[in-house]
Amino acid sequence: MIDFLTDHSPALIVAIPLLGAFLTPLVGKINDKLRNIFVILIIALTSGLILLLVNSVLSNGIVTYVFGGSQTVIGTGSSAYAIRILFEVDAMNAFIALIAAILPLAAVIYSWGFMKEETGQDKYYTLILLMTAGMLGMILTGDLFNFFVFLEITSISSCALIAYRTDNKFSVQAGFKYIVISSIGALFILFAIGIFYGQYNALNMAVIANNISYSLLDKIALVLLIGALAMKSGLAPMHMWMPDAYGRSPASVTVVLVGTTLAGVYGGLRVLFTIYGSSLLNAESTILPNIIIGTMIVILAVAGIFIGVFMALKRSDFKRMIAYVAVAEIGYMFLAIGAAILTISSVDNGILMSESGLLALKGGIFHILNDALDIGLLFLVAGAVYFATKQTSINRLGGLARNMKYTTIFFLIGLLAVSGMPPMNGFASKLMIYQSTYEISPILAIIAILCSIMILAAFVKVFHSVFLGPELPSLKNVKEVPKSMLIAMALVACIIIFIGLFPNIIVDNLVTPAAEALQNTTSYIGAIMGGA
Amino acid sequence: MNVFYVPYLAVAGLILVGLYAVLFKRNLIKIIIGITLIQSGVNLFLITLGYRANSTAPIYTSSPGGIMSLPVPQALTLTSIVIGVAVLALMLTLVVHIYRHYQTLDVRKIKEDEE
Repeated sequence: MIDFLTDHSPALIVAIPLLGAFLTPLVGKINDKLRNIFVILIIALTSGLILLLVNSVLSNGIVTYVFGGSQTVIGTGSSAYAIRILFEVDAMNAFIALIAAILPLAAVIYSWGFMKEETGQDKYYTLILLMTAGMLGMILTGDLFNFFVFLEITSISSCALIAYRTDNKFSVQAGFKYIVISSIGALFILFAIGIFYGQYNALNMAVIANNISYSLLDKIALVLLIGALAMKSGLAPMHMWMPDAYGRSPASVTVVLVGTTLAGVYGGLRVLFTIYGSSLLNAESTILPNIIIGTMIVILAVAGIFIGVFMALKRSDFKRMIAYVAVAEIGYMFLAIGAAILTISSVDNGILMSESGLLALKGGIFHILNDALDIGLLFLVAGAVYFATKQTSINRLGGLARNMKYTTIFFLIGLLAVSGMPPMNGFASKLMIYQSTYEISPILAIIAILCSIMILAAFVKVFHSVFLGPELPSLKNVKEVPKSMLIAMALVACIIIFIGLFPNIIVDNLVTPAAEALQNTTSYIGAIMGGA
Repeated sequence: MNVFYVPYLAVAGLILVGLYAVLFKRNLIKIIIGITLIQSGVNLFLITLGYRANSTAPIYTSSPGGIMSLPVPQALTLTSIVIGVAVLALMLTLVVHIYRHYQTLDVRKIKEDEE
């Protein structure tokens, strides 16, 4: 039974939330409580399957899953591959899928209390499950067109959820901004897919990576793909949708939205390292492609860190302020990834980079997990504060620590983690980023450390004005939030502290295999080529 | 000039006009029209990629022989059209809501969220 589930887990991980999404309104007809349990069960089942898949990938190597049978093979010998939609999961996808399992789980548990008073909960849960299915599909797929379809599923459902409170004009506006940005981004990706298909007659990432020649058309496709995925993941100049979308959606939605953003980051990594991996040191170019790409990414990442931090210092809206910090955190990830790309020394047999480059890559990948947890927890706390007080502005809040003990503790954990203070998880990954970027260029490390301190300053200010200080007369009757919300926050907080105390367990067992999988392009391609 | 290049010029034209509308038009409906233009451009691109002169449908049992065109680009285009309709419907719904809140569709008069 377990073997059967493990074998088919790549398909089931997407199929179960998808099926669950459309069953939710039917179950909701019977009873609200039953529906909430049903949704939590569906997500828990998906998370369990993800654990099985991660376990199988880490112990047995790359898992490929061919839909509709693997018999239809095109080509002969070593250039043969199954001409079907297929999922290909290596340690990198598995790692991101794990992140995508934690966030929706926390979100649906949280929603039980958080959404109690809202209307249209059936639709809300349906969309959350659809978003989860789309996000997991984006992460697991090995087919570029499939990636586009799942990207659109995710965009459509998240747009509807951002604009969930249609009576608030700002959330409708944020939803519109988001759908415009993401549909244009998705069309860029589709255009790039067309370019690939026209040249290589394939949609499969591994096959394209195997045949790529880095022609002029491939360069255009690279620009389109990186532009679109950077837009989806909120890299600096394309970040303007993020504060609106994160700031105006209900907190439980924001947490899943953070996951979809990170799926965009994953897509960028896959494109850069797997599809274009063999072209990064293309000798025919006057300047090596990895220098151009790496420098561009580092510049945009530093800009993102600066913009995020300075805008966060100025904001008075709780969730928008956290959203700007999220922009800065995305900058940290891309800073590490860009620094790693700069140090690539050989691409002949997998991507080789210097030791500090490898450390930077690991730090960047590790930071994806930590950012998801830290930012996720802070959004959950901001949602809890809104739930208890119905206030969003920091200036109209104060003295909440008296009545909301647990929420205060969770905020403190999130605050320390996101600003990279020991003993939280943010420290572990940020230390790796500081150390490696210092070896590559000291100025980058100095900027990174200074901005982390400014994030801390911004959050200490918020902590002081929201949770400490005299009790405001208007907030005298504030009560602690319902248990389900506390459980969700505690779940995330426990993982944060666990990773903070034992970062080595995660780095050795999950992050290092993920970085190696990303470097080892030959085995990713080899798993498909030769008839699967 | 080869006559087969004409569709590619149309693709470039459609996408550029669409991008212009998205970037410089003030009316939300016009922005949406711009997005649908980009979409048509990309769909036309996919269809053009799959076109082979004098080719037949790839039904092996009743093929008269000669060139057959691969049906994948058509399948991609159909999927993309369906997704496009969903996105279009969603965007128009949001525009209806924005109009209810602001009584205008001019982006200059729609207040930015600045709190």
